[in-house]
Amino acid sequence: MTLILRRREIIAGQTIELVLHAPAIAAKARPGHFVILRVHPEGERIPLTIADADAQAGTITLVFLVVGTTTALLARLQEQEAILDVCGPLGQPTPIRPVGEVVCVGGGTGIAAMHHIAKGHAQVGNRVTAIIGARTASLLLFEEELSRFCEKVIVATDDGSRGVRGLVTDALRGHLAAHPGVAEVIAVGPVPMMRAVAELTRPLGISTVASLNAIMVDGMGMCGACRVRVGGVIRFACVDGPDFDAHAVDFDELAARLRAFVSQERQSYGCRCACHERA
Amino acid sequence: MDAGVPAMSARKLRPRVPMPMQPPLVRRGNFTEVALGYSLEQAVAEARRCLQCKKPTCQGGCPVEVDCKGFIAHLVHRDVEGAFAVIKRTNSLPAVCGRVCPQEKQCERACKLAPTGEPVAIGRLERFVADTYYASDACASAIAAAKQCRLPREDVRVACVGSGPSSLTAAGFLAALGAQVTVFEGLHEVGGVLVYGIPEFRLPKSIVATEVEHLRRLGVEFRTNWVVGQTVGLTELFHQGYRAVFVGTGAGLPQFLGIPGESLLGVYSANEYLTRVNLMRAYAFPRYDTPLPQGRYVTVIGGGNVAMDAARTALRLGAQEVTVVYRRTQAEMPCRAEELEHALEEGIRVRELLAPVAFEGQDGWLSGLRVERMALGEPDESGRRRPVPTGETEVLATDLCIIGIGTGPNPVLLRATPGLRLNARGYIDVDPTTGETSIPMVFAGGDIVTGAATVVLAMGAGRRAAREIAQRLGLI
Ligand SMILES: Cc1cc2nc3c(=O)[nH]c(=O)nc-3n(C[C@H](O)[C@H](O)[C@H](O)COP(=O)(O)OP(=O)(O)OC[C@H]3O[C@@H](n4cnc5c(N)ncnc54)[C@H](O)[C@@H]3O)c2cc1C
Ligand code: SF4
Ligand code: FES
Repeated sequence: MTLILRRREIIAGQTIELVLHAPAIAAKARPGHFVILRVHPEGERIPLTIADADAQAGTITLVFLVVGTTTALLARLQEQEAILDVCGPLGQPTPIRPVGEVVCVGGGTGIAAMHHIAKGHAQVGNRVTAIIGARTASLLLFEEELSRFCEKVIVATDDGSRGVRGLVTDALRGHLAAHPGVAEVIAVGPVPMMRAVAELTRPLGISTVASLNAIMVDGMGMCGACRVRVGGVIRFACVDGPDFDAHAVDFDELAARLRAFVSQERQSYGCRCACHERA
Repeated sequence: MDAGVPAMSARKLRPRVPMPMQPPLVRRGNFTEVALGYSLEQAVAEARRCLQCKKPTCQGGCPVEVDCKGFIAHLVHRDVEGAFAVIKRTNSLPAVCGRVCPQEKQCERACKLAPTGEPVAIGRLERFVADTYYASDACASAIAAAKQCRLPREDVRVACVGSGPSSLTAAGFLAALGAQVTVFEGLHEVGGVLVYGIPEFRLPKSIVATEVEHLRRLGVEFRTNWVVGQTVGLTELFHQGYRAVFVGTGAGLPQFLGIPGESLLGVYSANEYLTRVNLMRAYAFPRYDTPLPQGRYVTVIGGGNVAMDAARTALRLGAQEVTVVYRRTQAEMPCRAEELEHALEEGIRVRELLAPVAFEGQDGWLSGLRVERMALGEPDESGRRRPVPTGETEVLATDLCIIGIGTGPNPVLLRATPGLRLNARGYIDVDPTTGETSIPMVFAGGDIVTGAATVVLAMGAGRRAAREIAQRLGLI
């Protein structure tokens, strides 16, 4: 049982942030890590990226979008209530080395996961530019948190209600043109976004990392549900990733595999949303 | 003839007492146990078939050397408690072994009656003894007594990593000697393959739960959701006060075929399929939240217990047709003989001498499995005739394919522990007599050492390592 210390609706009824008392996980959590959780004894196991961790306070932060049965149940839990099972930190940490200038791109709930990675880069002394995007201003997350350690936070909204009008890739294109020294790009968000970032940086030869939101069951390398094709070979996102070289990832296959349980998910949850996005 | 077989010809050999079972057409629609277990009368009748040989050979056939003759003698006198005590001397999970051991390759093959084709049904008797004992009052009082008379050694703490049969056995052995044992399990439920792999209709979860409850009462602490190598480092456990560590993390990494189309929706590893159904109870979807892959024409690739379990599970979940595809012939299938027999009775088809070459699909979903016909060639190193390709292929229509061709070592702990020496196959290298790894006071056993094997071998390894640990820590 893992206690919820703080709960905040970042976007009312849609995106929720939980701060959990999980000292053992907090002590080990590095950017890129995730947890698997289960809300009740009949519940499924779902992965959520660790958006932030505080080893001293013994806490981890999770941010999730209410998209399905489990996230809806999770959204109902209040402060001082507990989550049945939280297992982690899982996965390989994002490789973070001092490289100079990096750009972290986040879309939708992926911004939260990207936040932890951006912070890691800032901590090793890299100059970090964050580019975050959403459909509209009210769906943006973590802008303020990111601005605390990023040199610059560029906002892109589809409707132009905040920042530049357009996609994060438009903003990225402009930024890279003006900053030829960027050594690495990190992309966390929906598959089409990550694919577009990869296509943009490929001809420029900029090393790019994508954090893949594959379907998972155990999160420990035991089922293969999370298999993704990277550089033509099958890798398991939970134990080999979730971060991979974005230029080698087969995004078409990832997008196809994410559809596996869409119809059942509707049956279980009465789906309000066709997108399958992981925080 | 051996002097140990007294007057076998003189005494008329009665056939084995048949095991009461759910009829195939009934059981293929439910998840309750297939074999219902002997009654006391049936058990005694079967026990009487034992010749009580002077030089019994059955014991040598059992990997943990259960004194079969000894426990059967108690059973002849209806002394279940006595029989249980004999079994429990060397076997920590008798209710499990009685159900899942490949007896036809072990104790029953070694039985002197084996040449008649009707060896004593040792496995069924073992199951009867364990089930009957666990349901009895004697059991409850024995547990209470064990708790009182053991001498807890607060200073002797031992960690077991993983909660499959190897770790459970090591934990039980050490706890009984008073050690403070903590079992770290990555999943949310304890039992390893016994809960996530082997289905309810073969090994009810309540049996595993009983065994685990016994360990709890002995003082074993279980920490679920703890992944050693991630949540805590292996060598860190020593800083936390553990004086020895047993690693029993199993061979849970599913292997894929590496053929085209393997990422199509509808293609699953047997581990994923079985984990969804067993651990996550997806068969009760949507009451349970985990969704389940649905298939009308299911194909299962492989010939071991894993493949049989997946096939029989798919049948119970409403598949119209389930076909097992195997590269060799039925005679070479590595599964328990009984599983194949049960599967065939339930209406599962086995297509022999077919090797998968590609998955075919439409719009990202599986629609067929292309297979190549094989012929049997010369025997290979394992003595089984090697399948050789013929070049002829055909396509089996299928909307759900489950791959059960084998597993590799679970990678998480291994990658996180650089000092741990592995063998050429990637499993942990141990001293065969002590079970010790290249890191002092870290022991390992079960599938993570041998590769996918059996419950009873994993138990044997757990016991061997536990005995060594107990000696080193001065518990015996
Ligand atoms: C479907 C199926 C059917 C089978 N049928 C039979 C049968 O009929 N008869 C038979 O004798 N054998 C059978 N087997 C084989 C048998 O189950 C195994 O040989 C046996 O369970 C191995 O035991 P183990 O203790 O080595 O590990 P496992 O039972 O594999 O358990 C390992 C445990 O360790 C956990 N773990 C892994 N890594 C970590 C980590 N880093 N930290 C914490 N925990 C970790 C895993 O979650 C798992 O629970 C079957 C196997 C399968 C998969
Ligand atoms: S443990 Fe297995 S092999 Fe040994 S006697 Fe029992 S059933 Fe036979
Ligand atoms: S989630 Fe099961 S192997 Fe990755």
